[in-house]
Amino acid sequence: MSTHEHASETDDERRDGTFGDYGGQYVPEALMPALQELEDAYQRYVLENEDGFMDEFRERMRDFGGRPTPLQRADRLSERYDREIYLKREDLVHGGAHKLNNALGQVLLAKYMGKERVIAETGAGQHGTATAMAAAHLDMPCEIYMGRTDINRQRPNVYRMRMNGAEVNPVEAGSGTLKEAINETMRDWATTVERTHYVIGSVVGPHPFPKLVRDFQSVIGEEAREQVQEKAGRLPDTVVACAGGGSNTMGTFHAFVPDEGSAEPRSADDSSGDEPREHVDLVAVEAGGSSLEIDEDEGLAPNSATLSTGTDGVLHGAMTKLLQQSDGQIVESHSVSAGLDYAGVGPELSHLVESGRVTPTSVDDEAALNGFHRLSNLEGIIPALESSHALGYLEEHTDELGDLVVVNVSGRGDKDLETVLEETEKRDLEAAPDVEVFDA
Amino acid sequence: MSDTPGEYDSDVEAAIRENHPALITYITAGDPSLEDTKEYVEALDRGGSDLIELGLPFSEPIAEGQTIQAAINRALEAGTTPEGFFELVDDLETEAPLLVMTYYNMILQYGDEPDVRPFVERAAEAGLSGIIVPDLPAEEADPLRDACDDHGLDLVFIIAPTTEGQRLDDIMSQVSGFAYVQARLGTTGARANVSTATHDSLARLSEYDVPKAVGFGVSEGDHAAEIVEAGADGVIVGSALVDIVASSDETAEAVERLEAKAAELKDGARRGADSITVDAEDAPEPEQQ
Ligand SMILES: Cc1ncc(COP(=O)(O)O)c(C=O)c1O
Repeated sequence: MSTHEHASETDDERRDGTFGDYGGQYVPEALMPALQELEDAYQRYVLENEDGFMDEFRERMRDFGGRPTPLQRADRLSERYDREIYLKREDLVHGGAHKLNNALGQVLLAKYMGKERVIAETGAGQHGTATAMAAAHLDMPCEIYMGRTDINRQRPNVYRMRMNGAEVNPVEAGSGTLKEAINETMRDWATTVERTHYVIGSVVGPHPFPKLVRDFQSVIGEEAREQVQEKAGRLPDTVVACAGGGSNTMGTFHAFVPDEGSAEPRSADDSSGDEPREHVDLVAVEAGGSSLEIDEDEGLAPNSATLSTGTDGVLHGAMTKLLQQSDGQIVESHSVSAGLDYAGVGPELSHLVESGRVTPTSVDDEAALNGFHRLSNLEGIIPALESSHALGYLEEHTDELGDLVVVNVSGRGDKDLETVLEETEKRDLEAAPDVEVFDA
Repeated sequence: MSDTPGEYDSDVEAAIRENHPALITYITAGDPSLEDTKEYVEALDRGGSDLIELGLPFSEPIAEGQTIQAAINRALEAGTTPEGFFELVDDLETEAPLLVMTYYNMILQYGDEPDVRPFVERAAEAGLSGIIVPDLPAEEADPLRDACDDHGLDLVFIIAPTTEGQRLDDIMSQVSGFAYVQARLGTTGARANVSTATHDSLARLSEYDVPKAVGFGVSEGDHAAEIVEAGADGVIVGSALVDIVASSDETAEAVERLEAKAAELKDGARRGADSITVDAEDAPEPEQQ
């Protein structure tokens, strides 16, 4: 007999932890009661605002986090691409990225749940930084797991975490990136689950994490939807966000998912731009790295384009799209941006791609680096390398954009300057400034 | 349920009940090569294993501690594939029934489409008696359980120290083969002592008439004795054996040490069972079961 047949009401709800064919709870048994407890807390505090949880969350996001973030018209990009380009400025959230929306929500939830300690994994270091900040703000002990490669390429964030009082545990396994850091955090969680909350950093992992994280991040799209109507008088034709695990993607898209009116053909010179449109295109830009192929022999993908090239499977607690070999071994991914460097992606995003609502695409490392330099130079905004993928898309796929475009700038690029300098020197980048002045 | 007294639902259950107290050993297939694994499995069989778990390596072993994680990495570096694994099992002739322990994605990806059936069919054909999947809780197990039922394989569930109440009832009512009782929270790995969580877990499970085997951290004959004395029907030992493989200079040395270790563990389990009998004889009024 299956558990379903004598399931309680909460069990039935747990079975809703799927998005089409994706999602679920593929974790060691020791963690299942904690997921039930989290699901219960999600229901009560987040969905039903018990004890004023969501009020406190919103207030802290405003006063500590700096929300709402602006939706800014990018004048020179608009001119360059001959259409209206608006930037959602998540780089202005305290900490420098959208990651705080989720980290603050989850650390606060851990407090409401009576947990004594939080742990988190981090790739770019941005989620680790956000979690460390939220933990310091809410007076909660915090440990962060981070791959060795990522520690080496994101040193400013490692230092920020330490300054905020968090322990940073280096993970030596594999290629030392996000996938390995998640494995190690799950091991810690499986050991300390009774008193610890795992602040997962994206819309990935077992149910209810993908929903919980999406709900904390959906403030991005809610604000943007309202702001664009205020400023431009209508909904955008296209919304663009980069996708690693997919939290800024889902956070930006969620409020627009229902806007799927008939998708009429349009072109850049289509003068119907001032007509209210009902259909909003949602574009998820992944890291194309240096190539979209997988090297089966080496078990390497020189990209992190999971939605575009991945196949269905189970990783880190959920059924989703993965970069894997035909026999099921997960491959090492690669991207110039640490925060996109992950072989999996959120299950809801996999579902939205499968159902045709979200268009997956990718740009390579070089396009992202050009996007980075272009925004810095044209608009005076230094974006994260992750966000630079979304900006690279504007340049490379201008024809596919509608007349009114919202791009999520998920974070700021201070953390990436070392990488950008190094990677720029290796290439002849069209948008890069001349930096010879440093070489003397 | 069994039709004839003395017969059990499955080879796995029979191996535990008839060899009570049972020794269940684990080794990672392909570490350092599939040829060596064949010799190691035969050594564990000779040493007194009543069931043998063979690990089919997966690149993201989130339930394993460092010892088995490293063994999995060695096996993957040696090029171990699911097909190579099944060919090893095709070749093995052991007295102890064999189980495969692996992660869910490995099962799903065997065959052309993500589907559990081709794996289970091939496992049955190779002569495996059951499957253990550390990242597959009962809630997600219907497809695999159905496939296992169709092919007469046991699907073993893990009972964690956090498994209680309704959840425990639900899982215990579905146990097939035996209940894998996780001795402590956390990952696999040899430990210096038996966790008090083991005693609590076995006490919680005592009312269920299901074979119970305890694993996670067991490494010595004395641990086996203590665990059996606390009410287990079997002990499961993995990391301590993988340590032997990793620390031996030659295959022959590992073979010798594995056989001796299995004998030590089985002996310890027997001592544990004997001390229960002695206690029972000494006790003025044996407790009503
Ligand atoms: C600024 C920024 N953007 C995007 C990402 C990618 O994550 P996600 O796809 O979950 O938004 C990261 C991850 O660290 C990040 O730091």
